[in-house]
Amino acid sequence: MKELSLHVLDIVENSLRAGATEVEIRVVEDSNEDILSIEIKDNGRGMDDETVKKAIDPFFTTRTERKVGLGLPLLVQAAKAAEGNVAIKSIPGKGTTVKAVFKKSHIDLQPLGDMAKTISALVALHPEVEFIYTHVKEGRKLRFSTKELKEKLQEVPINNPLVIDWILRFLKKSLNELSGGA
Amino acid sequence: MGVIKSIEELEKIRDQARELINLRKDNENKTRIVVGMGTCGISAGAREVLMAILDEIKKRNLTDVVVTETGCIGMCRFEPLVDVIKPNQPKVTYVNVNPEKARQIVARHVVNNQVIDEWVIPNI
Repeated sequence: MKELSLHVLDIVENSLRAGATEVEIRVVEDSNEDILSIEIKDNGRGMDDETVKKAIDPFFTTRTERKVGLGLPLLVQAAKAAEGNVAIKSIPGKGTTVKAVFKKSHIDLQPLGDMAKTISALVALHPEVEFIYTHVKEGRKLRFSTKELKEKLQEVPINNPLVIDWILRFLKKSLNELSGGA
Repeated sequence: MGVIKSIEELEKIRDQARELINLRKDNENKTRIVVGMGTCGISAGAREVLMAILDEIKKRNLTDVVVTETGCIGMCRFEPLVDVIKPNQPKVTYVNVNPEKARQIVARHVVNNQVIDEWVIPNI
């Protein structure tokens, strides 16, 4: 993976394959604490302790097409490269939370990348799922919720290409404003 | 404020989209485009491929196309993979797709019904 936002897309896909109907994605950038954190919380079917332990093993997967599962191991590798770590908390029947913390100033930290594209892609592919995306950057906050957006859209599907295009532009602009741009 | 302006624009887009959807409601005659979104697909560039496809559909006002995803199907070295399934026609799988190829697949195959043979999966 070239950027952290691609890991986010990949990990959220895990949530969705675990039957999640609601996924919260929270990104925090804090230069004072020198931390970049990414948390993905879902209400999917969850895992027992044993499975959680196995989940970061590249030679474990629940799929049958192939014998490896690289999503979480790649995230762990990205975190380790930047003096960070990944914590997985899961309760069977309730859901899973994956939290990755990175040292923000680390030279080997992958760029966060295009979160606007990741969120737009997820909404386009999973219109029935509710996504809440919050991004806190140096204390400034962006919050995007598909539930609120769907109310505004009335009967127009959220994955309509015109709407996805709006979401992409809206998030790009909002993230740009978070960074202090106009 | 930018946000308020964006919301106003959203309402306009909603009304515009509503007119387009009303033209067709039957799901049977839609073309399906399926993008491989496993770890392998994502790391090979599936997100950019997907966004290019959605952008092309938007630009061309295509209302009879549905875009969905699939996970890893075990052909990781051919990712990004894109399937095009036209109504009553067999599935066509494109391999090693990039955003530029993806736009051409929409234009030539989805719109003009011309399968781009040289990008289709070798016989397996």
